Amino acid sequence: MNSVVARAETPARAVAPYVRIDRLTKRFGDFVAVRQVSLEIQRGEIFCLLGGSGCGKTTLLRMLAGFETPTEGAIYIDGVDVTQVPPYERPVNMMFQSYALFPHMTVAQNVAFGLKQDGTARPEIEARVQEMLALVQLDGYEKRKPHQLSGGQRQRVALARALVKRPKLLLLDEPLGALDKKLRERTQFELVNLQEKLGVTFVIVTHDQEEAMTLASRIGVMRAGEILQVGTPADIYEFPNSRFVADFIGSVNMAEGRLVEDEPDHVRIECAQLGGIVYVDHGVSSPPDAPVSVAIRPEKIQLSRERPAQQDNVLQGVITGIAYLGDATRYLVRLPTGFLLRVTAPNVFRHEERLQHDECVWLHWHASSPVVVTR
Amino acid sequence: MSGPATRGARLARRIAAIRGGVGRRAVIALPYAWLAVFFLVPFLIVLKIAFSNIQLSMPPVEPVVTWTADHVLQLRLHFSNFTFVFGDRLYLAAFANSLQVAGVSTLLALLIGYPMAYGIARAPGTWRNILFLLVVLPFFTSFLLRVYAWMGLLGRSGPINALLMQLGITHAPLQLLQTDFAVYLGMVYSYLPFMVLPLYSAIEKLDLTLLEAAADLGCRPTKAFFAITLPLTKEGIFAGCLLVFIPAVGEYVIPALLGGPDTLMIGRVVWDEFFGNRDWPVASALAIVLLVVLSGFVLLLQRVQAQEGDA
Repeated sequence: MNSVVARAETPARAVAPYVRIDRLTKRFGDFVAVRQVSLEIQRGEIFCLLGGSGCGKTTLLRMLAGFETPTEGAIYIDGVDVTQVPPYERPVNMMFQSYALFPHMTVAQNVAFGLKQDGTARPEIEARVQEMLALVQLDGYEKRKPHQLSGGQRQRVALARALVKRPKLLLLDEPLGALDKKLRERTQFELVNLQEKLGVTFVIVTHDQEEAMTLASRIGVMRAGEILQVGTPADIYEFPNSRFVADFIGSVNMAEGRLVEDEPDHVRIECAQLGGIVYVDHGVSSPPDAPVSVAIRPEKIQLSRERPAQQDNVLQGVITGIAYLGDATRYLVRLPTGFLLRVTAPNVFRHEERLQHDECVWLHWHASSPVVVTR
Repeated sequence: MSGPATRGARLARRIAAIRGGVGRRAVIALPYAWLAVFFLVPFLIVLKIAFSNIQLSMPPVEPVVTWTADHVLQLRLHFSNFTFVFGDRLYLAAFANSLQVAGVSTLLALLIGYPMAYGIARAPGTWRNILFLLVVLPFFTSFLLRVYAWMGLLGRSGPINALLMQLGITHAPLQLLQTDFAVYLGMVYSYLPFMVLPLYSAIEKLDLTLLEAAADLGCRPTKAFFAITLPLTKEGIFAGCLLVFIPAVGEYVIPALLGGPDTLMIGRVVWDEFFGNRDWPVASALAIVLLVVLSGFVLLLQRVQAQEGDA
C-alpha cells in the first residue's frame, strides 16, 4: 500500500474472523459489480460498507444474504463456507432498504414469520415476539398492519423481524435512508445501543458517510466494485490512503505537487497550486520526484490577522466566501496563485471581531496535518 | 381589511367548485345514461315480462298494466312464473348444472391461468410483451368463429381424432364433440384471457423484495408462494374468478355448439323458453333468478374483500 503513514498494524487477532470474504467477484454479463473483494469481520462488530451508488456495496451485501451467487470466491460465516447455501438456510438476516414488511400481516405476524419457518413452538414464538417488540419500543402495536405505521415504526418492525431469529449476522441495507433527519439521528444511537445489547454482528451498507461514521466500528470504502480502504472512522478520515477516499469522506483541499525532499522523518513537496513548499513531518513511501497529492482538511487550517510564528506552511490569501453555520464558520480563501482553499473555523467566542469578506488573512497548519496520497 | 377580500375569494372558489362539479358530473353522466338506456331499461322490461302471463299476441305476453273498460287502472302481477320455475326440477337442475359447469371451468381456468400469468409477469421485458400479446390474440377473431373452430377440431374426422389414431392411442374416432368435456374445454379456452389479465396485473405489482424477505427469514420458495404471493394476489384471483364465473353461468353458445343434447345449462333453457316455447314470462323469470343469484355471488365476494381490507 502506498499509504503515507507507517502506523503500527492493528493488534494481532486473538480470534479467527467471524465473517471471512475471500476474493469475492460478481459479474453481471460483462459488468463486474464486485471485483476480488477480501474482507474479514470480527464478531460483534458494526462494519459499514460505504460508497456511492453503483459501487457494488449492495451486491456484496446481497451475496452475504444469499440472494446473489458469487461468480468467484467464497464466504465463510463462523468458519462455515456458506457460498452455495440458499438464503433460507443461512444464519443471516437482512433488514431491507424498503423494509419489505409483509403488507397482509400484522406487526406481530411479521415479526413471528421467521420463527414460524423454523417450527418454533407457539408459546416461545409469542414470548420472543413480545420481547423483540418491547426492545424496539413497539409494544401495543402487535395488531397493526404495516400501512398503519409511521416510517420510523416500520423501520423498527423491520429491525425486530430481522433480529428475532438471533442471526449470527445482521445485514442492513441503508437502514436509515428512509427516515427524516431528526429521526435518523435518534435512530442511529438506538441502533448502536441495540447492537451492543444483543452482540449481533452488523454489516451495514450506506452511501451516507455521516451514517457510516456514527454507526461503524470499521468502515470499508468501496468504489467500482473494489474496497479501497478498511479502517476505523478516524483512520479513514485522518489517514485516507487515496485521493478518492480523502475526497469521499468529509471535505478536503486537494493540491497536486512533487516530492522535492524525501527523508524518513519528513518530506517537502513543491506545490505550485499552494505557491510554495509544503512541509510534512512524516515520511512518504513514494519514489522521488513522483507526482503526489497533498490533502488538508478545512478544519486543520488556521486563519489569523497577524503573521503566525511558525516558518513552514504559512500562506496568505483573501477571503472570498463566508458561510456562518453557528457552531463553525466556513471560509473560502483565494491564494495569490488563484487556488481556492476551504477553511473551517470553530466559533469559540460569542463576541469576536469576525473576519470579513475581502480581508487579507494568514493561513497556517501544523506539519502533521497534510496527508500525502500517491494514488 | 381582509374580510371582503377573503369573502370574494371564497365566492370565487365556490363558483369554481360548482363549475368543476358540473363538468365532472357531465363526464360521469354519460356512461350512466348509457347504462340506464341499454341496461336498466331492458332489465325493467324483462322484469315486467317476468310478472306477466303468456298470451297469443305480438309480443306474446299480457300487458301488466291495463286500462279496463270500466275506467280502472289495473296492475296484474303473475307470480306463477316464479313458482313454476322453482317448482320444476328441470329448471333447478339447469341452474345447478350451470353453476357446477361455471364453477369447475373457473377453477380450471384459475389453475391454468395462474402459472401463465406468473410466467408472463416474471418473463424478461421483450418476452413479456410477446406473451401478453399471445394471450390477447384470440380476441382478434370472433368468439363464435373460435367456438366453431373447436367443433372442427373435436369432430369425428377432426385433426385431434386423426392424431390420436395416428399415435395408436385409439382405433376408432372418439366422441369428443357434444360431451361435457367439450363444454369444459370450450369454456376454459374462451374465458382464460379474462382470468389471466387480472392475475397478471396483480402478480406484476407484487414487490419481489417481499419474497426475498421471506427467503431471508427461512421460508422455502414453495412455502413463500402460499404465504406471500398467493395472499397478496388475492384481489387478482377474485377479479379473474368473477370475470370467468359470471359469464360462464349464463353461457349459451358453448354448450349449444359443443355440448350434447343432455348438456342442460340455464342459458340454453332461457333460449329454448324464449324461442322454442315462446314462453316469454317463464324465460324472463329464469333470467331474473339468474341475475339475483349472480348478484348474490358478487356481493358476497365484495363483502369478503371489504372485511379483508379492514382487518
